[in-house]
Amino acid sequence: MVTWKKAVKLAVVALFTIALLVFLQNLLMPKYMTEILEGALISEYYLEEFKEHDVIFIGDCEVYENFSPIVLWKEYGITSFIRGSAQQLIWQSYYLLEETLKYEKPKVVVFNVLSMKYDRPQKESYNRMALDGMPLSVPKLKSIKASMLDDEKFITYLFPILRYHSRWSELSAEDFKYLFKKRKVTHNGYLMRVDVKPVTTIPKEKKLANYQFSDICYGYLDKMTELCKENGIELVLIKAPTIYPHWYDEWDKQMEDYARKNDLLYINFLKYTDEIGIDFQTDTYDAGLHLNLSGAEKLSGYFGKILQEKFNLPDRRNNKKLNMIWAAKEDLYVSEMEKQYAELEEFGYLKAFNSRRNED
Amino acid sequence: MLFTSYNFILFLLALFIIYYIIPQKYQWLLLLVASFFFYSCSGWDNVAYITVTITATYFTAVKIGQLHRQQELYLKENKGSLSKEEKKAYKDKVKSKQKKYLLLCLFFDLGVLAVVKYTNFAISNINSVSKIFNAGELSFLDIALPMGISFYTFQSVGYLVDVYRGKYAPEKNIGKFALFVSFFPQLIQGPISRFDDLGYQLYSGHSFDFRNVSFGIQRILWGFFKKLVIADRILPAVKTITQNPDTYQGIYVLIGMVFYAIQLYADFTGGIDITIGIAEVLGIKLKENFERPFFSKSTAEYWRRWHISMGTWFRDYVFYPVSVSNAMLKISKFSREKFGENTGKRVPVYLSTIIVWFATGIWHGASWNFIVWGLLNCLVIIVSQELEPFYVWFHNRFNVRDKFMFKLFQVGRTFLLMSAIRILDCYRNVRVTFRMYGSMVTKWNIGELFNGALLKLGIDKADYFVLLFGIIIMIVISLAQRNGSIREKLSARPDVIRYAAYVGLFISIIVFGAYGVGYDRNQFIYNQF
Repeated sequence: MVTWKKAVKLAVVALFTIALLVFLQNLLMPKYMTEILEGALISEYYLEEFKEHDVIFIGDCEVYENFSPIVLWKEYGITSFIRGSAQQLIWQSYYLLEETLKYEKPKVVVFNVLSMKYDRPQKESYNRMALDGMPLSVPKLKSIKASMLDDEKFITYLFPILRYHSRWSELSAEDFKYLFKKRKVTHNGYLMRVDVKPVTTIPKEKKLANYQFSDICYGYLDKMTELCKENGIELVLIKAPTIYPHWYDEWDKQMEDYARKNDLLYINFLKYTDEIGIDFQTDTYDAGLHLNLSGAEKLSGYFGKILQEKFNLPDRRNNKKLNMIWAAKEDLYVSEMEKQYAELEEFGYLKAFNSRRNED
Repeated sequence: MLFTSYNFILFLLALFIIYYIIPQKYQWLLLLVASFFFYSCSGWDNVAYITVTITATYFTAVKIGQLHRQQELYLKENKGSLSKEEKKAYKDKVKSKQKKYLLLCLFFDLGVLAVVKYTNFAISNINSVSKIFNAGELSFLDIALPMGISFYTFQSVGYLVDVYRGKYAPEKNIGKFALFVSFFPQLIQGPISRFDDLGYQLYSGHSFDFRNVSFGIQRILWGFFKKLVIADRILPAVKTITQNPDTYQGIYVLIGMVFYAIQLYADFTGGIDITIGIAEVLGIKLKENFERPFFSKSTAEYWRRWHISMGTWFRDYVFYPVSVSNAMLKISKFSREKFGENTGKRVPVYLSTIIVWFATGIWHGASWNFIVWGLLNCLVIIVSQELEPFYVWFHNRFNVRDKFMFKLFQVGRTFLLMSAIRILDCYRNVRVTFRMYGSMVTKWNIGELFNGALLKLGIDKADYFVLLFGIIIMIVISLAQRNGSIREKLSARPDVIRYAAYVGLFISIIVFGAYGVGYDRNQFIYNQF
């Protein structure tokens, strides 16, 4: 027979065990603070006190590496946040947007369409980077369900300790330092890199058997369009100006058609690189896959103008409160930039993005 | 559905809750549904196999039981009118009928087992012989071994023989009998239960008992600890050594033997702990299958303490019947006449022992390595038996029997001997295994123990620390078990110590368990038998 006294004891033990598990889970989960910073991106949004953005970017590395919200603010007074993650799949973008709309209603949502090429989950580590940072919510559960690879287990997303338990043998000072509080590694979702690796050769594109985007991807794009319409949000489809992976004309045509049919703005920035002023000898850090700070600032400056003109976004720089918030962000941005340049000068590379080199 | 899968844990949680919510009279029905659901997860063809065995055994047992009752009634009604001879003649007639039913069903049940488990082994041997004579080859059958068939077939056979022997009446309800055969916790790796131990417990209702549930959960956790923290963590090293016999010879063979002994013990006893723990939560007490076998001082003792339910099954349903069979009695008589009383009386015992060990070997797997494994065990037992007078003389002459160090030597010797024979499981090839035995003598590479080579076997330094921690706990618990149940002792300790132990065990499994990404999902070793 379970007496009250026993029940209380059991409850205390259960609570203690749960607390211990939560503590261990926090300890064992990767922190992504000094290496593979991409893993920290999604959760940073929830640290924002002021969640009122004019523009929300969603998508893969082509958004968080190529657009600088600080420039959008500085030059146009546009507030924005990038909810990007490495190889973010279209359903992850959709559910992330659905979840973001619970916090705020932006005027514009910008979606990078490269992920239209994936109609099935690709890699567990990318899934983790997109999903682990989200707090528990219905969109998160749906996103997990849609994202899991065959050998992944749903429960390990709900209780990540079941996924990361074996990290006990590789815990580092970082895990203890950021056990309770993480630092921000991005600037409103923008992951800064100041290093340069010019384009020397452009890999020849592979011929594909089928250029048609799948129904699955169109399904999520439709849902995204519908969600934005329901909430009075302008959806903008973009293709970031990166040389590789190759963006096929056939894909571009499909996106143009889709945008026309749904009365959306679609911009393939690859067509405007000269106009933007991107020089792939100086504006990319990995030979054309992503832009560096210089490239991102040029692109943001160009895109900001379009956003303001097309969607009539107000210049908020007169708002005192916002000015203060963004001034602080700008300071961090400048200090990070200076830190990276100093690091480049000292080591010739950026430590956080060259973990292998650090091991050597 | 693996015992160590998340789905199985969810399945258990749901079952435990529903089990204690529904009226007790329906609990057995729930267990039957749960057992068939569990079994169906491995494929519907497996369900068909077990259903066939259940049906055949059930109806045969009912028929044999009817004949028992008919006989009782007839003898009762004609108590005064029948002479002793007439009674005997009637009994013999009934017995003969029962025997026919028994043999028919045994032939069927064991036939199914033989066809699915041994056909390809037989074909492979026939092909080997026909190759010598340049004859054609038979093609192999595409049959998957149904999950747990060796266990449920033996359990059914035991039941049938017991009914035939009149040990108990057959179960009338086919559903209840089906539950006895298919009870899911013990379906895939035993223990092989007896109907008079398990049947009544399965069918009677059980009310929620905190102590049972708590003890059961503790036992389950202990099983998970052994399986996930020890067995599955040491597994990569065992695989590396035994799957690369050309690379890993000499001292590695010894390491492989010891590592595999640890792996198998943790794996099998861990699985049985989970099985017994689940049953305990349900209010059902299953018999123990192990009694600290690695503390045995002889092979015979080891086999009385390892996989006890299998050993007693072979003893009751193979050894005894073979020993007292007409053929064996004739052999006994013949050998006593030919070799004298002393030697002659051993011949039938040893012959029966050989038959039992051959059967034990082939029961474990349809390949020569298992047969040789069985016969080697048999050889060691018979040689030990024959050397018994020498042992007695030695113990008396040197007065060592009660000396701690000598006992330790005996335990170590038995452990190594059993480990050496057991490694046949891993190499799966008799010739390779004997070549590896040879390499322990011819290849002297003990230096490998100290040059960091042990860290290249698929487990790293951290793994070794976990293993050391797990094995020490396992040994300490085994030592403490000699003086009674650990769970009883723990329940008498202050709350803080008690709960710290439970929470510590749980957390150890979660953190140090070898599961999830980066680890292969490993089925329990005995599931394949």
